[in-house]
This record gives sequence, structure tokens and C-alpha cells, in this order.
Amino acid sequence: MSAALESNPGVPASARARHFVALGTILRREIRRILRIWGQTLVPPAITMTLYFVIFGKLIGAKIGTVQGVGYIDWIVPGLIMMSVIQNAYGNISSSFFGAKFGRYVEEMLVAPMPPWVVLTGYVLGGVARGLMVGVIVLAIAMVFTRVSLHHAWVTLSTFVLATTIFSLAGFVNAVYAKKFDDIAIVPTFILTPLTYLGGVFYSVAVLPPFWQRVSEFNPILHMVNAFRYGLLGVSDVPIGTAYAVMLGLVVVLGAVSIVLLRRGVGLRS
Amino acid sequence: MRTPALEVEGLAKTYANGVTALAGVSLAVAEGDFFALLGPNGAGKSTLIGIVATLVNPSAGRVRVFGRDLASEREACLDQIGLVPQELNFNQFETPLEILRNAAGFYGVPRRLATERAERRLRELQLWDKARVPSRTLSGGMKRRLMIARALMHEPRLLILDEPTAGVDIEIRRSMWQFLKRINEAGTTVILTTHYLEEAEQLCRHVAIIDHGRIVEHTSVRELIGKLDVETFIVDLAGPAESIPALDGIEVRRLDAATLELDVHRGQDLAAAFATLNRHGIGVRSMRNKANRLEELFVRLTGPAASTSGRAA
Repeated sequence: MSAALESNPGVPASARARHFVALGTILRREIRRILRIWGQTLVPPAITMTLYFVIFGKLIGAKIGTVQGVGYIDWIVPGLIMMSVIQNAYGNISSSFFGAKFGRYVEEMLVAPMPPWVVLTGYVLGGVARGLMVGVIVLAIAMVFTRVSLHHAWVTLSTFVLATTIFSLAGFVNAVYAKKFDDIAIVPTFILTPLTYLGGVFYSVAVLPPFWQRVSEFNPILHMVNAFRYGLLGVSDVPIGTAYAVMLGLVVVLGAVSIVLLRRGVGLRS
Repeated sequence: MRTPALEVEGLAKTYANGVTALAGVSLAVAEGDFFALLGPNGAGKSTLIGIVATLVNPSAGRVRVFGRDLASEREACLDQIGLVPQELNFNQFETPLEILRNAAGFYGVPRRLATERAERRLRELQLWDKARVPSRTLSGGMKRRLMIARALMHEPRLLILDEPTAGVDIEIRRSMWQFLKRINEAGTTVILTTHYLEEAEQLCRHVAIIDHGRIVEHTSVRELIGKLDVETFIVDLAGPAESIPALDGIEVRRLDAATLELDVHRGQDLAAAFATLNRHGIGVRSMRNKANRLEELFVRLTGPAASTSGRAA
């Protein structure tokens, strides 16, 4: 324990306890940010998803019939929730962390006695929190249009946590390397959106030719959407075990990359 | 001898673009000291502070904070340091109260204690009435004071300020000086970089002058001033004088009919010079230093003449 803290009554003596205070501080700051700019963080997904449900669910979906034995509007609910959740988790951390870099207030954390895992976990939990808020909003909208079922609660919950963690970590890596605001828009526009639309949100990959089915299996979003769909509806295009392996693998790889970047101070220290 | 608050040894930094900001700096700051780090723009002051605060990775050398090695005991060292950077680096959308509570939280200070400390610091620095407004609406001086308050939230033993009074008016500057003096008297070691040499002369006990990444002087402010062998005074006469008598070796220049500029070397008797003027019927109305004394020395140590004289690091 440092001498400063020895004469600092009220501050936890153990480093672990101080780290948890720091972690809570970052998470609280992230949640306050999400709520402060709710017009940018919570309203857009509500509007977009309402349009998706009206157009794809009600108007076009009524003519499609069923997919894997489920009505089309019910079938797209898990994909639409997952699409909103991962886009918002990604967007939250990439814009928040890059904003902290751009405004230089990331230095508040860099000069504090926090190990990299505290900074990373705080921001990732912020991304998960935004995903949860958006997920609840989209779920509420879905319930206006159809009846939402829940087949496997733990699969649903764990897939939600893993997917938001993966895209929060990816958003973090993006923010670390970004030098200008344009850099945090490139990945969502050119990578995230195409992968989402090709990730089985609106169609079952079973309708694709075998070659494109194989190609689609390399799209991690396909695994997340289908695991989530399995949790809610009990149907999936991919084996659940494979989906979990892909998600856990991505968490480990992206988590390790993020920690190394923070430890080396890439894009943060000169 | 007590462990120095800060000790740097052979510190060097060459940036990726090839610019060498520090070329082997060594210095020690005693615990409880009020220490000035002076130098022209680009001398390496901010790089040195950046390395101590872990915002800049050194190319070589080591840093010890209260005897602990920064590289191997980073968290323990950072616990002891409060940093006030030169550039504003807080979230301008947050309120001062929120900024301070968050800063404390990053150091592990629980929320309730952080709120108490934030209120105390905001009151001390006359910011309490702005506690709940977005910080972007604060004036420049208020933003500077907010950064000082933030650096003190975890009650560090070493406070480092990088040009904290840059751009603030004289009244605010003097109130900040009083505050920093109180902090120092309460036991906090203070290191200050500044362009206002009067600030160093008023506040600091020891000083290091850095230029081109090297320490060119490291001594007490008193000794530094003692090294001045010439001081220049502006003398306002009671009325226009037709001619000026010789003043016993003091070099005299006439600025206008009623104003003189005198170069006075150490040991020369200014009172005798005034007596000579009096004997010739020339009265003196007032006198002032042409420039701040430290400023004269600073220019001599870091100016072009110093560069060509091959001064030692």
C-alpha cells in the first residue's frame, strides 16, 4: 500500500477494492453519457426497428409466410434485436473512447493507477449496458407487432452478453487506431453493416447455394444471430456449439489484443 | 537524507519523427520543495512531465517517485502524483462536480468521499457556484483552477503543474499562487513549469533550467539570482537634465531628457551614483528594474549567446 493511501482515510486499502471503485466510475460515466445523449443513443434504433417491423415484418413478411416453421415477422425478431444490440455496442465504445482520445480526457485514466483491464472492462460494460438498453427498447417495439417467445433463457442471455462484449471489444480496437472521426465510421459502414445484412437477419442461409452457405459460416454475426434465434425461437441455421466456440474465441482474441494495445499505449502514449 | 520526491536519471526521449526532446536529463526534487522547471518553448519540459506521468514512453533513463521505480511500480508511483497538464483535458460536457468525482474514482476514492472532497476543493478554488454547469461554459481561468482541483482529488504528495497560469489574468494568477503556497505549506511537494519567471521567483525555492533537452542550471532560486552580475535599472529624473556626470563605473544610457538606463554591476554603489546626480542638481523621482531579474539570467542561459558559448549540460 502506498504511503499516500496510508494517510488517506476512507480510501480502500486493497488495490483490488480501489480497482473496483475505478471500474464502477468508468461504467457510471458511460451510462450517464448514454442517458445524457439519449437522442443519439436510444431513439435512432427505436425508429429504425419500428420501420423494419412495419416494412419487413408486416407488409412484406405477410407475403413470405413462414421460415423454419415460424411466421416471418416472428422469425426476424431475434435478428433485428441482435442487429441493433451489436451495432450499438460497437458504436458506443468506438465513439466514447475515441471522443476521450480526441478531447484528451483519456489522459485522466492513463495517469491514474489503473491497470489496463480496469479501463477495458469499464468501457466494455458501458457497451454492454447500451446494448441492453437498446435491446429492451427493440424488444418492447417487437412486442407491439407480435408475440415474443423465450425458448432458452440462458442461451438468449449468454449470447447477448457474448455478442455485446465482442462488438464492444472490436469498437475499442477501432477507437484505439482511429485518428479522426471518419476512422470510426469506416468499419461500421464497410464491414459491420454488410456482415450484419449477410448474417442471416432477414433470411435463412439454408436458401443459399452450398458454396455461399460455407462462405457465410465465416461470418461471426451469422453465429450470433442464430444462437440468439435459438434462444428465443428454438431454431438455428448453425450448430449452437459452433456458435459458442466462435463467440468465445472472438472474446478471447479481441480481449487479448485490446489489453496489449492498452498496455503498450498504442495510439494513446507517445 | 530524505528520499527525494522525484528523481530522474539519464532521461532521454527521441520521438518517432526523430526529434530529440530530452537528451539525458538528471535531477532530484526534495520532498516538500516548491520547484520550478523553466525553459523556452520546445525545451523538453512537457516531455519530462509527460514521462513522469506515464503519458510519454522514455527512450532511456529511469524515474523514481518517493524512492519507487516508475517502470516497475507504476501504480504505487501514480498514486503519489497529481498532474495539471498544459492543455485542457477534461470532458467539456461534464460538470465540474462530475469531473472531480470521476477523477477521484479513478484513484479508488469511493463516491461519497469523492463528493465531499470535490465540494471542498471547488469552494477553495471559488468554483462551487459553477459546480453543476457544463464545464465548457467556464472561463479560461476557471478551467485552469478546475484542473488543479482535479489533480488534488486523491490527495497526492507530489503535485506537478505544467504552466498552470498560462493565459489567466493577474488577479486570478495571484490567487492561484496563494492556493499553491498553502498546498505546499501543508506538505505537498510542488513542481511547476512556467513561462512567467516572476512566478518562479515568487513561489519556488529551487529551479532547474532546461534547454534543448538538457539541464543547463539546477540550483536554488536564491543562488541563481546571486549569479546575476549586472542588473539594469530605469531611473526617472525629477526633470530634464542637460548633461549627466560620470557615475563611478556605472554604464549610463539616456532614454530621453528625463529618463536614464543604468547597468549596475555587483558591488557597485547605487546610493553613491544617486549622490553624484544630486550634487549636479539632478533629482531622482523613481527607479525600477528594467526586467525581472530571473528573466535576465534566463535569457543569458538559454539565448543565442549561451548556445554559442558551449555551455555544459
